Amino acid sequence: MTGLTANAPSTAPRPSEDSGASAWGEVLQETLALTGRLFLQLQRRPTTLVAGVLQPLIWLVLFGALFQEAPEGLLPGGLSYGHFLSAGIIVFTAFSGALNAGLPVMFDREFGFLNRLLVAPLRSRYSIVLASALYITSLSGVQTLAIMGAAAILGNGWPSASGLVVVVMVLLLLVLAVTGLSLGLAFALPGHIELLAVIFVANLPLLFASTALAPLSFMPPWLAWLAALNPLSFAIEPIRAVYNGAPNWSTVVLAAPYGSVTMGACLLVLAGLAGLLFLSIRPLLRRRLG
Amino acid sequence: MGRRRPWGWVAGRHQGFLNKRRRFLPCLKGRPVASWKRPTQREPSPALRILSLDSPTVELLGRPVIRLEGVRKSYGAVQALAGLDLEVPSGCIYGLLGPNGAGKTTALRILCTLLAPDAGQVWLDDIDVLAQPRLARRRLGYVAQDAALDKILSGREMLHLHGALYHLRRDAIRRRVVELAAQLDMDPWLDRPCGAYSGGMRRRLDLATGLLHRPPLLVLDEPTAGLDVESRHALWAVLRQLKGEGATILLSSHHLEEVNALADELAILDQGALIAAGPPSQLKAALGGERITLKLREFTSDEEASQVMALLQQQAGVSQPVVNRAQGNAISFFARDARLVEVLRQQLQDHGLPIFCLSQSQPSLDDVYLQATGRTLMDAELAMAATRDTKAEQKASMR
Repeated sequence: MTGLTANAPSTAPRPSEDSGASAWGEVLQETLALTGRLFLQLQRRPTTLVAGVLQPLIWLVLFGALFQEAPEGLLPGGLSYGHFLSAGIIVFTAFSGALNAGLPVMFDREFGFLNRLLVAPLRSRYSIVLASALYITSLSGVQTLAIMGAAAILGNGWPSASGLVVVVMVLLLLVLAVTGLSLGLAFALPGHIELLAVIFVANLPLLFASTALAPLSFMPPWLAWLAALNPLSFAIEPIRAVYNGAPNWSTVVLAAPYGSVTMGACLLVLAGLAGLLFLSIRPLLRRRLG
Repeated sequence: MGRRRPWGWVAGRHQGFLNKRRRFLPCLKGRPVASWKRPTQREPSPALRILSLDSPTVELLGRPVIRLEGVRKSYGAVQALAGLDLEVPSGCIYGLLGPNGAGKTTALRILCTLLAPDAGQVWLDDIDVLAQPRLARRRLGYVAQDAALDKILSGREMLHLHGALYHLRRDAIRRRVVELAAQLDMDPWLDRPCGAYSGGMRRRLDLATGLLHRPPLLVLDEPTAGLDVESRHALWAVLRQLKGEGATILLSSHHLEEVNALADELAILDQGALIAAGPPSQLKAALGGERITLKLREFTSDEEASQVMALLQQQAGVSQPVVNRAQGNAISFFARDARLVEVLRQQLQDHGLPIFCLSQSQPSLDDVYLQATGRTLMDAELAMAATRDTKAEQKASMR
């Protein structure tokens, strides 16, 4: 460290350097800065993005091929397995991406970067959480779009414009709910090893215990019950429905053992879940960030 | 808010410290050797105590900008701060000295709003830090001991990120980063990823981050830990210049040399409590005369050490004798007159006691610490290193 003694940095306060923004303006400024940091990381290390697209793509291609010769009538509405699988893989892509939302926060906690952020006079410390949610939502959006594109190329169709709106709404709600869960875990668990363990344990069982890979009618009753209660099924079925026709809120999309579930009900369940998860992690966030 | 004491700040600065001391009678002379086991005695010597209250240098420094009153903090069963009282005057470099685990980092983290104390009050000027943490954060720049950098971002991007978090205007951030890059000589490498920085570069970037918003108070936790001598001296020069510009700098260190070279005033912490405070020169001078260290043998027995202590306590002009168990029962004391050494040598000979080593030196800050705690800073470091669970501490520091 040489040459530092010529001019020491001035500490004279200069209020004119302050942005002078309103409270909301300050929240926006800090949220954008924190989100920008995450995107810079992604730009320089795009592995997460690539892996997040490759994994579901491999599922789509390999699983699609595995059950390509499935007997007719196995799937409801006489769908081909590729058509059936697309919705499941799209939801799985968004779900996996969102489940990883807590990892950057956990690493920031572990390496002390979070403390560095918390020394700053943030207008709202929730901007740290908001930035993560924005980043993961965008990332999941890009990954899901790539999978939808790949599914279309494989001949599995593309939803109508109004169907696309439903897809976006469903995925947004699912990503918000799972992001909330993952961020909560990131602040509740002691380290990234534990968080990764939870992610690994939750990921595949939730996929298998849903209607992503097989219809309820194909499952033993106990699994059908589980799948019909699995939030992933509430995301998969409306998307599957809009891939096969115009969206209609009152269309029954899930013939669950406990009754029929409409498209509107699925969205309501997802919205309720997202709200519930964010409400339940609030005390934890307040404790850690407050 | 702004609780000004009617009797003036000079008297008030050490009031908490004084009140605490009055509860004890630190009559150091006449204590048996066995009583010099460190944990039973938390008082500074009378000389240190008096000095820390009546320091004329204190009057030259500014009003208190930081006040910690009765701050307590525990991590489970481990008490990190045991009712710490501290006042830091404005416009000075104030050193927090103590071995690792003394509570320095905890105190700084509480001041910087990263930790909530279990009890006590913290004031930054007239801001109640615990009630208005955001206001306090605006007023201080914090350079942590192990500040994390985002390895993927460049130093410039890190500074821009922090500028935004301090709500500076974009053009102001740009100008300020250019200014700091020039002043801290960061230009050649500021656009490289932080992951490629050396320790010195990281420290400079940390300092720039702390200074970005021009805080009137800079808090540095072990700022030169892990730096080479050249980098350390360069950083000291920067800190001195910042002080010259009116900044108040509070730094923690377990390097005696650093605190001695930089601090206008210091507080010595041990086991989470303040044990002495005042300007370094006066803390040292208060010990009185020259420091004499005597070893009868490489490892002196307790009996022989007691014998010497008895001799010393009868000898006029000898003050504050201490048996340092960690150094083989070496006996340290202060002699008002250097000729006392010859008298002592004769007395030891008369009593048939050998001399393995007898040395004279000017009092150092380590002597201040030794006098207050009965062990040297190095011994305290070693003792603490054996008991600390750094992994658990790291977990505890995670939000």
